[in-house]
Amino acid sequence: MPDGSVAEVKDSLAAVGYLADEPAALVSFLAQRLEKPVLVEGPAGVGKTELAKALARSTGRELIRLQCYEGLDEAKALYEWNYRKQLLRIQAGGEDGWEDVHGDIFDQEFLLERPLLQAIASPEPVVLLIDEIDKTDQEFEAMLLELLSDFQITIPELGEVAATTMPIVVLTSNNSRELTEALKRRCLYLWLDYPDLERELEIVRLHAPELPEALARRMVEVIRMVRDLDLKKPPSIAESIDWARTLLLMGAEDIDSETFAQSMSIIVKHRTDIELVSERVGVKLAAAESLRPQG
Amino acid sequence: MPPPSPYGPKAEVGPPGLAAKLLSFCEELRSEGVAVGTSEILDAFAALEQVPWTSRDDFREALAATIAKSQEDRRLFELLFERFFFRSAEAQAIEHGIEETERRHEGGERLDIDELREQVRQAILEGDDGEMRDLARLAIAAFGRQGEGSGVVGVDVQRIRRTLGLSAGQQPPAQDGAAELPPIDRDQLNAFERHLRRELERDLIERTSNLPPSRPLAELDRALPTSPTQDLAAVHRAVSQMKRRLATLGHEQRGRRRSQTVDVRRTMRASLQTGGVPMYLRYRPKRPRRPEIYVLCDVSTSVTSASVFFLSVLHALHDSFRKLRSFVFIERISEVTEVFEHERDFRVIAQRISSEGGVADVSGYTDYGRVWLEFLGEISDELDPRSTVIVLGDARTNGREPHAEVFAQVAERARRLFWLNPEPRLYWNYGDSVMAAYERHCDGAFECWTTRHLENFVNVVAGGVPAAD
Repeated sequence: MPDGSVAEVKDSLAAVGYLADEPAALVSFLAQRLEKPVLVEGPAGVGKTELAKALARSTGRELIRLQCYEGLDEAKALYEWNYRKQLLRIQAGGEDGWEDVHGDIFDQEFLLERPLLQAIASPEPVVLLIDEIDKTDQEFEAMLLELLSDFQITIPELGEVAATTMPIVVLTSNNSRELTEALKRRCLYLWLDYPDLERELEIVRLHAPELPEALARRMVEVIRMVRDLDLKKPPSIAESIDWARTLLLMGAEDIDSETFAQSMSIIVKHRTDIELVSERVGVKLAAAESLRPQG
Repeated sequence: MPPPSPYGPKAEVGPPGLAAKLLSFCEELRSEGVAVGTSEILDAFAALEQVPWTSRDDFREALAATIAKSQEDRRLFELLFERFFFRSAEAQAIEHGIEETERRHEGGERLDIDELREQVRQAILEGDDGEMRDLARLAIAAFGRQGEGSGVVGVDVQRIRRTLGLSAGQQPPAQDGAAELPPIDRDQLNAFERHLRRELERDLIERTSNLPPSRPLAELDRALPTSPTQDLAAVHRAVSQMKRRLATLGHEQRGRRRSQTVDVRRTMRASLQTGGVPMYLRYRPKRPRRPEIYVLCDVSTSVTSASVFFLSVLHALHDSFRKLRSFVFIERISEVTEVFEHERDFRVIAQRISSEGGVADVSGYTDYGRVWLEFLGEISDELDPRSTVIVLGDARTNGREPHAEVFAQVAERARRLFWLNPEPRLYWNYGDSVMAAYERHCDGAFECWTTRHLENFVNVVAGGVPAAD
């Protein structure tokens, strides 16, 4: 489904429940038009992975996900020969000479496709999500380069496997280490940050529509207050949504210091952070209450 | 008759057309240290074919997505984008003799300064960009009436801001019992100041029909981090990099060279899957060694400016390493591992260390010799070939005995010993600095007072190439 303009991409993302800001919509649009991978960076929990999922939903493509971790290697990411099956083939073929067998066992049939090869070889266009690329080693990054610039993978025994359809590639990084220049050069760059008040409010309202407007606004304000503190792990957007739903379940009408103390663990998940937040924000809320007229 | 070109020879304007403009924009980015490759420029052109040029935001985002590949680059990009296209537009205006003096500042004479103040306040509160720009023009006109500008843009901006009584944060309470003024957001105030600056510059350019030469951006982040929390994130990033490197350092080569041990039992069990043929060899897992790190940090007055930075480094180290013991010293040494483990807030840590560290004895001058003696005495049993020692200090002994031979003993016992010195290499060994005596025993000595140096240190330690300065 070719998209005509940036606005259309934005609308189609919104239609599947992802409210993109201008830069995000534009980069998604460019990624489809220029057929270039996108590198998305930003703090944890601002919807980097969600962007890829939303792209898959909005374009009706299948999502293929490669979760990166330290020590991830080619066998897990690209392909692997199915030794067992090859061995069986050799044993079953008993009488066949070596000539017959060795051409045979290095065949598509004996290849185990891992996510990257899957994405390339897929007959339908897909969205390939390479999640948390910063967790891998530099060697793995280098291996990705061929894939990202030419959309092909070289298998020594088979030759090159080139993409028949162009996948949309999204790489995400939490910025825990600097990625190599070579990788960056091949990608479009998108920095996702925490959304501003209005947009976060929209997002919360989209996912928890029953929450009254005033309460939602108050909640987002408190969340932003919490994010301003120097926390080990600031609350993400997903956690704001969780909190909104919790408030609904609790039937809260306003965020006072009591409600806050009860439900704080939804958004703050570190012992030291909890102390800090209850000290700073809890006190502020209590002060605000004492000012308000009773009843 | 159009005024003569202020550029002199035509060559400086460059060939006409957007391509040439974009290329010179990229040149400017490069001169500020953004790595813009040819492939990036090609991408930028490809991207621009896809977006309407009439929308400034789309145009800028398309360029940014293809050219600026990190947050830092993005910041520079924004600054330069603004400046470059502002200058280009002004240059064109001068070229074609376009002026708007007659229509400018319309109504500025009639406006009362108090009324203006209220309007500006309102615009800043609402964050209305267009409104702020108009008001900036009005303010300049009103200000121009009150007296002559200084002619220096930066000074005028601050004067106007003060005349309007604008300051960020909480507002002082109103005197005559009027409603309390809402606080002003710092970012919004900065935006207003930017508009003022921009309009003043435009004025100046129009008056003189001359473009001032563009200056390189100020070196904002080369100096010491002024506020510890501000740069804490950068320090943390460099240190978490260091963690990865220290952890894997040397393992690779050693792992390849030293043969692994085959785990016979697990190999046999795995072979059952392949009909008794041992297809897969199973090795005994290698337990990675945890690096043990000892950090000694000078907190005396001679390194006051750097010790905030050092403490934030310590802070970050504690976040990343479990087996880390830290010490601070002036005349004596004191272990502060506990403080870092129990406190999270950086300010509290800094305060506690200064109040209960108990490291100053009488004079408050550093005594390196005594520090080595105490350090060795305290933990000599625990130093082993697995441990890494990092010293943060300026090696100024105040004329006391440096006890380099004791230091050598420390270096001998530890696997590696690094020294980070907050002074430029140029000053080492001048005055009472005895860096040379210690440097001989170190595995590496580095100058270190910015996060950039810290990253450099990490690179060198990891066996990489030092980043260019």
